[in-house]
Amino acid sequence: MLEATDLRVHFPVRSGVFLRQTGAVKAVDGVSLQLGVGETLGLVGESGCGKSTLGKALVRLLKPTSGTIHFEGRDISHLGQGALRPLRRDFQMIFQDPSESLDARMNVRSLVEEPFRIHKLGNRAERRKWVDDLLDTVGLAAASAERHPFEFSGGQRQRIGIARALALKPKWLVCDEPVSALDVSVQSQILNLLVDLQKEFDLSYLFIAHDLSVVKHISDRVAVMYLGKIVELADSETIYRNPKHAYTKALLSAVPIADPTIKREKILLEGDVPSPIDPPEGSAFGHRINHARYQETIDMDLGLREIEPGHWVAADPCCLDANDWAAISKIS
Amino acid sequence: MSDENLLEVDRLITSFETEKGLLRAVDQVSFSIPYGKTVGIVGESGCGKSVTAMSIMRLLPQPSGKVLGGEIHFKGEDLLHATDKRMRQVRGGEIGVIFQEPMSALNPVHRIGRQVAEVFRLHTKMSKKEAWDAATEMLALLRIPAPEKRMMDYPHHLSGGMRQRVVIALALACRPDLVIADEPTTALDVTVQAQILDLLNGFQAERNMSLMLITHDLGVIAETCDEVVVMYAGRVVESAPVKELFANPLHAYTQALLRSIPKLDTEPKSVLPTIPGTVAGLAEYTHGCRFCQRMGRKSVATRERPVFKEVQPGHKVEICKECCDL
Repeated sequence: MLEATDLRVHFPVRSGVFLRQTGAVKAVDGVSLQLGVGETLGLVGESGCGKSTLGKALVRLLKPTSGTIHFEGRDISHLGQGALRPLRRDFQMIFQDPSESLDARMNVRSLVEEPFRIHKLGNRAERRKWVDDLLDTVGLAAASAERHPFEFSGGQRQRIGIARALALKPKWLVCDEPVSALDVSVQSQILNLLVDLQKEFDLSYLFIAHDLSVVKHISDRVAVMYLGKIVELADSETIYRNPKHAYTKALLSAVPIADPTIKREKILLEGDVPSPIDPPEGSAFGHRINHARYQETIDMDLGLREIEPGHWVAADPCCLDANDWAAISKIS
Repeated sequence: MSDENLLEVDRLITSFETEKGLLRAVDQVSFSIPYGKTVGIVGESGCGKSVTAMSIMRLLPQPSGKVLGGEIHFKGEDLLHATDKRMRQVRGGEIGVIFQEPMSALNPVHRIGRQVAEVFRLHTKMSKKEAWDAATEMLALLRIPAPEKRMMDYPHHLSGGMRQRVVIALALACRPDLVIADEPTTALDVTVQAQILDLLNGFQAERNMSLMLITHDLGVIAETCDEVVVMYAGRVVESAPVKELFANPLHAYTQALLRSIPKLDTEPKSVLPTIPGTVAGLAEYTHGCRFCQRMGRKSVATRERPVFKEVQPGHKVEICKECCDL
């Protein structure tokens, strides 16, 4: 349904008196992915790796610098705002902080009704009924329609955000850290709601989160992003049971496990994600861990290869075991 | 007061003056922190974890926040009745504190070096030069690369993980006996969180320091704590050694909390157990069991305040007929 090919989003860095462009933040740097009907693709990575930028570019809140996005066969990557407007009904976004994405002066009814008004749908009575139905769908009491966002808890506000996103019956949603601001008990309510809605309306999700156990729970496939690039992509069972890329392994080992009887060796990474303004020329992760073979990677094609059916990993000698690297080299 | 405990909090009551009247954010909370151990305080937002920490440090927002009852003993000393001058020595000297958001703990207009050296100047008799050197050494101990250079940086020059290391350097500078860490890794990535927790654990083992770790992440609790205190709506509902608590949770709230987190081995897209309802506002609570109130139970048994008592050695729980299966 959705297919992005070699997508890049670069932000110009300007400096000096005349604000000349002196560089670019390569937030998303050559990402290709597909999303099927009713599928959830999880997207994980550290902060600053470009996950949110990728999400925004895919729903065309940002204009990609290059590359294409095909939605149901149509290239939407360079459409203007006017041409995009009718398409906007099909893709929506759920944000991390529901209190910041809801206008505090509007009551819930007008918040949820807003998408209908913008797209000039229905008359007053119809819209009223639709809003009531939506609130019911996301598990909010009908009486809440006349109240304001501040009267709700974080979990309920996130439900309002979800109701707004669902109003126009979208086909796919970008969920950008939808549960990270919530307490665990409320988090599970929202996750259950998202799973139910997906089954009911055949929705597709791009689910962005830094909590790997949440991503694993909700996703069919998981993409691991590092410094603007996808370094590994596989179905969620495989990526958790049999990660190939050194970064995925480190990320997984860092997740604290809620079981005091398990004692694991953690892979501790030194330092932070390098700056996307001036990324290393070769393997970005190889550079971070100071790998002996880093120099070789400068002129290499580090693109994804299918190491096993459905399991894609960057062809990077710094980040793979000797066996996996041997297998990968045969493919390329 | 037993000799094993560095800090003992006994029936602490902290209230806030609000438009709705006096609200008890912390309602008779009792727990203790033994020497050299890590005690985790876990609970949902608004349960009183942070207010408890603030009460110990005497950093409650003034004039609305007040400690109305109970006792806090630190190394046998009554902290609630200590003078303000004494409290200034205790804070930063004998008790270090780490907050969630490092940017708000650091002064944006002063260099890192000045801020870390200041702690030494305030709490020891070091000269300016000695304090500066001690601060540089402290940054090196926290594995901050090129500490001499970082001393000259401003907080905004550093990444989130590096800033949190600086805040930890501030907290650990005077070799405190106790460090109170309020959600120290919540704003950080998992990889950086693992680095920070590893550092804290290392320091603790080396210096026989006690750590009070406030978090909502049960994974962090399981991996770093010796003992756990579970709070709900201003009260402690259960406390136990960490293995005991995860293996044998007695209170319905603890059980529900443990069930509701997705684990790496649960069936994908399966229905997660949830806790119905939401945490009520403090004004809405009565004396009775507060978790019963959330579950919408109205039985007579819950009208009286449940007793918090030890049911097995080291394992204490709030005794409520509906919420505990004993």
